[in-house]
Parts: sequence; C-alpha cells; structure tokens
Amino acid sequence: MQPSFSPAQTSPRANLAGWLYVSPLVVVLVPFFVAPILVVLAASFFATDGFGGLTPGFTLASYVEVLHSALTLKLYLATIKFTVLTWVFTLIIGFFVAYFLVFHVRNQLLAIGLFLLCTVPFWTSNIIRMISWIPLLGKEGLINQALLGTGVIHQPLEVLLFSDLAVVIAYVHQLTIFMIVPIFNSMARIDKKLIEAAIDAGASRFDIMRLIVVPMSKSGIALGTIFVVSIVMGDFFVVKVMSGGGSASVVSAFYEDVGVLQYPTAAASAVLLTLVLVAIVSLILRTVDIRQEITR
Amino acid sequence: MSAVLADASKTDTPKTIVPATTKAIAPSKGGRPWTFYVLAALFTLYVVALYGPMFCIYILSFQDIRGGLVFPMKGHSLHWFVDLFTQVRTGDVKGSFDRSIKLAVIVTVITVVVSFLAGLGFRKRFRGDTFVFYMMIGSLVAPGLVLGLGTGLLFQALGLNASWYSSALGAQLSWTLPFGVLVMFAVMSRFNHVWEEAAYDLGASRWQSIRLVMIPVLAPGLVAVALFGFTLSYDEFARSLQTAGSLNTLPLEIWSMTLNVTSPSLYALGTVTTIVSFVVIGASLGSIVLIQKKRGSSAKG
Repeated sequence: MQPSFSPAQTSPRANLAGWLYVSPLVVVLVPFFVAPILVVLAASFFATDGFGGLTPGFTLASYVEVLHSALTLKLYLATIKFTVLTWVFTLIIGFFVAYFLVFHVRNQLLAIGLFLLCTVPFWTSNIIRMISWIPLLGKEGLINQALLGTGVIHQPLEVLLFSDLAVVIAYVHQLTIFMIVPIFNSMARIDKKLIEAAIDAGASRFDIMRLIVVPMSKSGIALGTIFVVSIVMGDFFVVKVMSGGGSASVVSAFYEDVGVLQYPTAAASAVLLTLVLVAIVSLILRTVDIRQEITR
Repeated sequence: MSAVLADASKTDTPKTIVPATTKAIAPSKGGRPWTFYVLAALFTLYVVALYGPMFCIYILSFQDIRGGLVFPMKGHSLHWFVDLFTQVRTGDVKGSFDRSIKLAVIVTVITVVVSFLAGLGFRKRFRGDTFVFYMMIGSLVAPGLVLGLGTGLLFQALGLNASWYSSALGAQLSWTLPFGVLVMFAVMSRFNHVWEEAAYDLGASRWQSIRLVMIPVLAPGLVAVALFGFTLSYDEFARSLQTAGSLNTLPLEIWSMTLNVTSPSLYALGTVTTIVSFVVIGASLGSIVLIQKKRGSSAKG
C-alpha cells in the first residue's frame, strides 16, 4: 500500500470515508473482541458460588488466589519454555527455508511452487496434523521400530511421545509456516541489486547476511514471532494431547478452571496472560513499525 | 557476477544494464555455492518432516478391521471410513461436518467483503486508523480460548443462546478478519494507483473504479483472502469451544474423538478432511488461473 501523499491528509471528508470503509470491521470487532475481553476482565473481579454462578461485585480474591499459587509460576515457566523452544526452532527453520527459496532457487516459478508446497499442510486440520505424529513417535511407532530394528536401542524410547519433546515437535510442525510466509514476503522484496552492490564492494557471504538480509527481513521476523508466540502462549490442546497430560500450560490450567466452572479464577489468570502477551507483542512492535512495513 | 556488472557499466546505457543485472542475479549456469546444497538438504528434510507424518495416517486409515494406530499396516479396506459415518460412538461426524462447511462459507463471504472494504479504508490515513489497526492486531493475538469464554459469558449475560451461526460465527470472524485484512494489505501494496487515477480521469465514479478496475485487478488476492477465511474457519477450534452451543463443529468433533476414539476411524477422518481441503484449494487456485487466463485473452482481444 502506498503511503499517504501528505501526513496532513485528515480532512473531515477523508476521515469519514476511512471510517465508513472500516466500519464493518469495527462492527464485528467491538462485540466479538472488545466486549468479550471486557466481560472476562469484569468476571475476574466477581465472586462465585462455586457452581458457575457469578455475583457481580468487586473483589481481588481471584487475583490473590492466582498470584499466591505456587502452580502459577510453574505454569508460566512451562509455557515460556515451550514458547522459547518453539520460537527458536521455527525461526531458524523458517528463516533458512525462506532464504533458500528467495536467494538460492533460480527459477522463480519453481520457488513459488516450493513455497506453495510448504503451505499445503497448513490447509488441513491442526488436530489431525498433531495426532499424525502418533504412528511415528509412539512406543510401537516407526522411529522406535527403526531404532530397535537397527539395534541402536534395545528398549523402546518412551520419551518420544507424551513428553515435552513431543509437544515441541508438534508446535514446530504446526507453526514453522507462520515464520516462513512473512519472512519470505519481506525477503522477496529485497532488491537483488543491493546484494550485487555488496558483493562488488567486497562483502562476504556472512556480511551480506548480517548487514542486508537480516535487517531487511526484520518486519517478517517480527510478524512471524508475533504469530508463533501468541499461538503457543494461547494454546492448550497441543500441550494436553502431546504431553499425554503430563505437562500443563497457562491456558490448559485456564481450561481446567473453566471445566469446573471456576470462572473468576479462570478470568483472573486469563487477564494476567493477556497482559503478558500485550507486553511481549508491544515490545516486538517497538523494534519494528509493522504497519509501516507491511503497508509499504 | 561482478564481471557482468563491470561489462554493463562500460557500455553505460541503461538498456544493457537492466538485462545484464537480471542475468547476474540468476545465472543459468555455473557452479552453485556450498550453501545451496546445505540449504537444499535442510529444505528437503523440512518438507519430509512436514508431509511424512500425515502420509502415515492417510495410509493407516485404509487398514481393515484388525487395524491399529501404528504400523505395520494390517490389510486394506474402507472399513474405517464406513465406521466413521455410521457408528454412533464416533459421534455426529456428518452433522458437524455439514455445520462446519456452512459456517466456513458464511465466514468466507463476510471475511472477503469486510477485509476488502477495510483494505480500501486503510489506504488513506484517517483519524483513529492506528487505533483500529491495533484493535485488529489485538484480536489476532488474543488467546482464542479466552475470547471464546468471554463471548460465551457475554451471550449468557445477555440471555442469548450460544450457537454455531451466531456466537461461534462472531468468534471466528474476530480471528479471520485480522488475517484477511493483513493479506489485503499485502495484496493492495502491489496495486498501482495510476490505474485508479486513470479511471477517474476517464470519468469513472468511485463505485465504477472499484467495480471495473480494482476488483478485477485484485481478484486473485481476493481469492487468497477467501482461501484464508475458509481454512481458518473450517479448522477453528479454540474460539469455537465455548461458543458453539450444543451442536459441534467439525474440529470440536475431532477433538472429542481424540479423547474417546482410539481406532483408525480417527485417521479416516483426517483423510476425509484433507480431501475436502484439497478440493476447496484446487477450486480456488483453478479460479485464479481462470481469472488470469480470461484477463489475458480479453487484453489480447
């Protein structure tokens, strides 16, 4: 999108036209994003009878309960561990896959074809993709069968499925695409002449990577990071299924609370999680003006 | 590469610089750097890891009645597909499938229209645009389960019944619309405003320039938005969990199956949903190709 012709272009007419165009978006987001968030915020201050009934009022009891619980810290540490591991793996794989497609595949049609190949599995059910690891990682799965068959191990590895390892594998499997797409987009926009010029000026491969490719892919990396971090931190079913109930995350605990109708505590922990997410996302947005970058 | 550039600069005419430079970017022959082989290997590994597990379950879904969740494969039949659609214990697969498709179609239509309009709006700065933009980003990153709970409680407080076509529809839109608008940004960044201005110069009204210039030019991008809307909705889980009411959508059905069903029926379901996705994607990509072809021929004629 082009930048506006002049920054002072906020005539009442332009304002009205802009708002008219985005009004349908606002009409959906207010009742289905703003209002639910406010409802959760309100519920976090309410009291409960323990059977799902909410008593309007103002009490900090739920926050005290959540913050005092030793479990909360443990859940956050577990969630952060999963988030960081997933982020590192998806970033490394996503960055180099995008780099390969943009800078190494010489035929552009082939590059687009390979790019589409990476996006195809994203078009099928998440849950199905997750459980598709069972025939591979299970106790009698392909990997164990292969390792037993070749005599590398004598006992099936139990750590492969229903473990933290399985959780991270499932996340990386599902989310690397969220890194590839935005990084591919921002890399594809790098003018190849810049790299030619750098080579002519005597830059090494590493210099080009450090001084041109990485800085100019920043917006893609930032956008991908926002997707991956917010999805992992907001997820519960991968953790639940792939850990076999052995691990928990902030949202899986929230889900348990909802299940036993403990709405205020669930709401309080949801508000805390949302604050943490807002902090992380605004930190990322501070390093790069996403709007400027994607509308460039 | 630098040699080619040096050659081009000697002749000093832009005409030769341009082809020389493009040639230098993608030389058709010559050795590849070692990084090419390393990255190609990484890419191949990634693709194998991406597809491998899924192919395992597609294969395992064609076992016969003795089949289990792991290899080796026991016989081959369509038993688990029949089981999927007839057995009561696997739940209401057909009904939830039906609802999910209907919901995805409604979500797709709304997402395309609203994203297109919002894309038009965001082209120009207007007071409060940053606020709307961040509201959108907020809606995208908010934990789905939390939003779902909020929407569910809101409906409860207002005395409305949660159902797949009201609360779940809205909850899904809060997720598909930000995606759609972001894709719209990328699509519109490639739209040349000169075309639009030319239409105005020729006396087109705003509506005519949208209908006759923008929509045809942006059509492939709009199909991409539609594709996003459809697949995001068809696969949406967390936001629907607390908002779908008493009747499940397909992902919710799959979720409950993962908890109760431990037979290749589950894999058969994976195969079926994948086929549906591919039909939808094939139709979408086909329509992009058709649109391009039609435009190409009308430009020629």
